[in-house]
Amino acid sequence: MNASLRLRAGLVSIVLLAAFLGIWHLATRSTGTVATMSPEYAKLMGLTATQDKSAMPGPLDVGAKLWEHLRRPFYDNGPNDKGLGIQLGYSIARVGTGYFLAVLVAIPLGFLIGMSPLLSKALDPFIQVLKPISPLAWMPLALYTIKDSSISAIFVIFICSIWPMLLNTVFGVASVRKEWINVARTLEVGTFRRAFTVILPAAAPTILTGMRISIGIAWLVIVAAEMLVGGTGIGYFVWNEWNNLSITNVIIAILLIGVVGMLLDQILARFTRMVTFPE
Amino acid sequence: MTGKFISIEGIAKRYPGAGGSTTAVFENLWLSMARGEFCCVIGHSGCGKTTVLNILAGLDAPSEGAVIVDGQAISGTSLDRAVIFQSHALLPWRTVLGNVGYAVSSKWRSWDRAKVRAHAQTFIDLVGLTGSEHKRPSELSGGMKQRVGIARALSITPKMMLMDEPFSALDALTRGTLQDEVRRICLETGQTAFMITHDVDEAIYLADKIFLMTNGPGAVLAEVVENPLPRDRGRTDLHRHPLYYALRNHIIDFLVTRSKSFTAEKPDHDPRNVPVVHIGKPGLTIASGSDEQRQTWIPGTSPGLTA
Repeated sequence: MNASLRLRAGLVSIVLLAAFLGIWHLATRSTGTVATMSPEYAKLMGLTATQDKSAMPGPLDVGAKLWEHLRRPFYDNGPNDKGLGIQLGYSIARVGTGYFLAVLVAIPLGFLIGMSPLLSKALDPFIQVLKPISPLAWMPLALYTIKDSSISAIFVIFICSIWPMLLNTVFGVASVRKEWINVARTLEVGTFRRAFTVILPAAAPTILTGMRISIGIAWLVIVAAEMLVGGTGIGYFVWNEWNNLSITNVIIAILLIGVVGMLLDQILARFTRMVTFPE
Repeated sequence: MTGKFISIEGIAKRYPGAGGSTTAVFENLWLSMARGEFCCVIGHSGCGKTTVLNILAGLDAPSEGAVIVDGQAISGTSLDRAVIFQSHALLPWRTVLGNVGYAVSSKWRSWDRAKVRAHAQTFIDLVGLTGSEHKRPSELSGGMKQRVGIARALSITPKMMLMDEPFSALDALTRGTLQDEVRRICLETGQTAFMITHDVDEAIYLADKIFLMTNGPGAVLAEVVENPLPRDRGRTDLHRHPLYYALRNHIIDFLVTRSKSFTAEKPDHDPRNVPVVHIGKPGLTIASGSDEQRQTWIPGTSPGLTA
């Protein structure tokens, strides 16, 4: 029953993909009407002008190019010509660093705020104001103070991933069931041990949910941040290929950004499942 | 049963109400229990039973008054007073052994893993959960969860057990079995127990003394009913005891009518000297300055017996 449902869903997915690729192919193929012009001029204009070919690459062009990229993911021919593996590696490293720093700050701080009603009330106005600021708005300030574009990008990742984790940790810690706290209290468990043996496991699913939201946002923001700071990374690659008018490469980059984002999300989802407990 | 093992002395609990006023759940409450005694509190919802239990446990502090346990005023929680929670309150991410072991390692911090395990296992066996040690609470039935709660409370070898309607969420059959077990364990280990219940039959089966509380707010401890049934009572022939219905009717009468009107009818009620009701022994009844015949039930005249 369940297996057959999965099979049918898979079939529908394949049909939808095939339909999408088919329409894409039909919409972008060249009609073959050859315009009459001098051969030299035609050479200069390219297929778009001579054979009425769409400027938008078709799925076959993208597929061929993608295959080319996947065969050589790590080549490095200088600043403007690096393999996609290297570019993605830079982006993942930046996201990883900024995100990891945010985890180090957000979770202990969230614990503190969640356990202390005083801190919770005192810090609330700051959090409320800082949270809705677009992370890219911090970029000029970061560039000016840090004076390093790569670290500024990491800072932007840090600042955008901190809020969901912080708020979820606060919420998770503050809403641990009273009876579990009471169990620890009647057993005379100290504050420190209580934090690690009762509050942390009880709040872990909520904290992990916050971390999962954060990694998603961080991956969204890194593309924009790298477009701004330039140099390396998948975001820079997209912008660079746009300047090269290589729509094929832009489409490939979009596809890979999606795949990497999904993988990051799946990793966090697996962690969430590990700490979730049935009640 | 000697002296006052637990003595609640003039405690009050007040909450700030609307417009700066305060609402008192109860005021000036006095109550005492001897070592090894099993006491049940019966009263309607909102009369502050749970608050009294929380104060005894140290989870809540009284607005006024003190609680003396074994000659010492309590402040905060203690491993000497174990609580069995109504909702079992097991940590869902720990196994049965993990839950009991958590309590054991909280009491004996220096014990190594093997010793904690062995000690926890003893109490898991005691409540009849051998074989389910490695299950998580979500895999257990309601009755089994409450057994784990009982094992956890007993494993720290407390001086007294506090139970807040521990069996109210269970089906009748499971409840009966668990009542038997709790009674057996308390008698064997000489536990002093304080239990809140809504179930009159449960109180009659388990308690040595039954505390009757009037309705809140402003609840008072109206009467202490001594259970006339022998200590070695059995569940099956409980209702054949000549005083069973007299006792039962007395409690039910209180719950149905007198719990509402008690404060108005007895303006001179002295909370420090709560009348002790001895069912079936007219000579011993303290009817606190009134000619009420109701306080004393003579076997044979009880409507309960003829009904």
